Amino acid sequence: MVAVDKSENVLSVNNLHTYFYNRWGTVKAVDGVSFTVKAGETLGIVGESGCGKTMTASSLLRLHPQPASRIIEGEIMLDGDDIMQYPESQMRDVRGRKISMILQDPQTSLNPVYTIGNQLVEALTHRTDETAKERGLRKLAEEALRDVKVAAPNRRLLDFPHQMSGGMKQRVVGAVAMACSPKVIIADEPTTALDVTIQLQYLRLLKDIQARTGMSIIFITHDFGIVARMCDRVAVMYAGRIVENGPVREIFNNPAHPYTAALIGSVPRLEERVDRLFQIEGQPPQLYDLPVGCRFKARCTFAKPVCEEAYPTYYQVDENHNAACWRHDPLWESAPPY
Amino acid sequence: MGVSPPLLEVIDLKKHFAVTKGLILQKIIGQVKAVDGISFTINEGETHGLVGESGCGKTTTAKTVLRLEEPTSGSVKLYGKDVHQLKGDELKEYRATVQAVFQDPWSSLSPRMRVRDLIAEALIVNRRVSKEEVAARVSELLDHVGLHPAQASLFPHEFSGGQRQRIAVASGLASYPKLILLDEPVSALDVSIRAQILNLLWDLQQEYGVAYLMVAHNLATVRYMAHKTSVMYLGKIVEQGDTEEIFNYPLHPYTRALFSAALSSHPDIVRDEIVLPGEVPSPIDPPSGCSFHPRCPVALSEPDLMKRCKGELPVLTEVAPGHRVACHLYSGGADPLPADKLKMHKDGGKAAAIAKKQLAAMTTRVED
Ligand SMILES: Nc1ncnc2c1ncn2[C@@H]1O[C@H](COP(=O)(O)OP(=O)(O)OP(=O)(O)O)[C@@H](O)[C@H]1O
Ligand SMILES: Nc1ncnc2c1ncn2[C@@H]1O[C@H](COP(=O)(O)OP(=O)(O)OP(=O)(O)O)[C@@H](O)[C@H]1O
Ligand code: SF4
Ligand code: SF4
Ligand SMILES: [Mg+2]
Ligand SMILES: [Mg+2]
Repeated sequence: MVAVDKSENVLSVNNLHTYFYNRWGTVKAVDGVSFTVKAGETLGIVGESGCGKTMTASSLLRLHPQPASRIIEGEIMLDGDDIMQYPESQMRDVRGRKISMILQDPQTSLNPVYTIGNQLVEALTHRTDETAKERGLRKLAEEALRDVKVAAPNRRLLDFPHQMSGGMKQRVVGAVAMACSPKVIIADEPTTALDVTIQLQYLRLLKDIQARTGMSIIFITHDFGIVARMCDRVAVMYAGRIVENGPVREIFNNPAHPYTAALIGSVPRLEERVDRLFQIEGQPPQLYDLPVGCRFKARCTFAKPVCEEAYPTYYQVDENHNAACWRHDPLWESAPPY
Repeated sequence: MGVSPPLLEVIDLKKHFAVTKGLILQKIIGQVKAVDGISFTINEGETHGLVGESGCGKTTTAKTVLRLEEPTSGSVKLYGKDVHQLKGDELKEYRATVQAVFQDPWSSLSPRMRVRDLIAEALIVNRRVSKEEVAARVSELLDHVGLHPAQASLFPHEFSGGQRQRIAVASGLASYPKLILLDEPVSALDVSIRAQILNLLWDLQQEYGVAYLMVAHNLATVRYMAHKTSVMYLGKIVEQGDTEEIFNYPLHPYTRALFSAALSSHPDIVRDEIVLPGEVPSPIDPPSGCSFHPRCPVALSEPDLMKRCKGELPVLTEVAPGHRVACHLYSGGADPLPADKLKMHKDGGKAAAIAKKQLAAMTTRVED
């Protein structure tokens, strides 16, 4: 167990904008995203497909598609330094060592022509500490595999990715990402390809490692079951922006944004059969053609004309819990309905 | 009562695939027992859920019902007639009666056909109908699945994923089928769209009395949709019965592990998680006796029981009305549940004494 100061912000992202420029115009994939992650904390980022979750994450590591997209503005404070100011050469030292990412598809993150051992050693060469020098990279690679509970790690080092099952590969990807004990690990839907029983093994493993190392996790998903199981705090994204951010129980018990409430109500429950699922009509707006006001307006059952006028500001609904929705404005009741 | 045969009967169905080696002179080196002796019945207007992990044989079952695969043995009967023996008009009638909607709305809709023709295709192939009737039916179907009749002249790529899945449902419905096979109908869709499609399927069933065979990984989805559920493991059904009964009182150790691994829908619902050792074994050489024995937490902690589990195949036995289980723990039939043997959690303690209590504990809300 590592004692971490849980009040300290390890990562704080401020007003991040990442845009694509293409034949449709400007695609505002990440459009003013701000959040913080404390030491040892797990933040969930949820939202439907295309809302900008992966783009937010890849911008943090500056691995967003280039030159197709550009970080327009924003501040990314990692462990006290604004890494936005770092040149690419310095970013290379940040990736893997301070912040790293586990991708959606293990197929794409492991190189099929190298053994697992080679890839781990490669990831470990960033480690320059004393232990690394003493023990040797091979030994460390073996330990990294043992840490993610791969059986017979010394033999597995010689395997190629295709010789492993999906669950095993995903653990190896985790081992590579965690090889240099980063402060923050971003897991981008790491379990979508896994069966439930294997998914559970994997989630528990991540929790165990977090308890041991005190790392912070950003968990990107659209599965509220994963959020409930893994996260301390949740940021709900919609059309390039975070619309609600709060502690996990608050999000489930008192969702403050209509979109959050609708999303939770639309998921079937394992514990009981609900009479009817809540249905969100329509689709999110196109990110190259965003409305002026609230982006959820066309699908929102509470909308009033005022929602079209300007994008709502963030209202503090409780301690550490805010939502961008006009309903929380003191003048909402008096605003005329449609 | 009991005069007319049920809509669909699957009887001791087996589908084995030969595993071959060598490119030109192929040598059969083994058999994949994808489906290995399963039985279930679907009545009109009913939904039967088929759940289980990847590779347990769900899709193969659906394909065999659809006649896309020949059974190795056993049979599939529609209104009492063996579907693999049908010819001529009876075969045409079968094609109109049984339809399918698959996981990926991209692969199931031909990209070069307009929506109108995609939907009409199922109708024209299967029933003799006039042009006017076709046009009227297409408009009616689009309306039923929540699309605008004017959208009939568009191509599939002009729709979102959820809308494409609606088109697939509309074309599945075109010929007034009695049974639609749904293989992961919503897993490729976004959460917000899933509810639209599930509600749509539900409403259509209320309205037309169509029956569904629903294959899904997601247990909560099956609980929402299915009247009856079968849980599969390595080609066999290990537990089967009324959905509410099975979800409230799962008895088979695999079902219990599977349900406990499915994540709860609220952070305050905490349950004992049963973490199974290892991964699903290969269906090429499934383990002897009960094929779950190498991972079964109950058998692994009971050496005497394990001997029996390794050597003897458990058969599906009724343990309560509308609830059948294939496990030696319950093979005494009406015997009371062997309470002590159900203890499979590290810290389950006495609460694990009987299955009902334990599951109740698994799903109660704990205030913090
Ligand atoms: N290369 C690209 N060119 C133009 N637009 C792009 C490109 N890559 C992504 N986008 C757009 O950026 C937006 C955000 O994409 P992103 O991958 O972050 O979504 P996401 O929230 O991770 O979705 P998912 O849940 O499907 O993974 C999407 O609307 C997408 O259309
Ligand atoms: N044509 C085939 N030839 C050989 N083996 C096959 C064939 N089709 C399926 N199998 C094997 O049969 C087993 C059952 O496959 P099936 O597709 O029915 O599983 P499933 O339960 O639908 O899985 P999933 O949840 O991944 O879709 C698997 O081991 C699969 O590899
Ligand atoms: S601002 Fe208005 S439209 Fe947007 S979520 Fe709130 S009530 Fe709905
Ligand atoms: S028969 Fe034996 S191995 Fe199989 S599920 Fe029952 S107790 Fe476990
Ligand atoms: Mg993504
Ligand atoms: Mg399948």
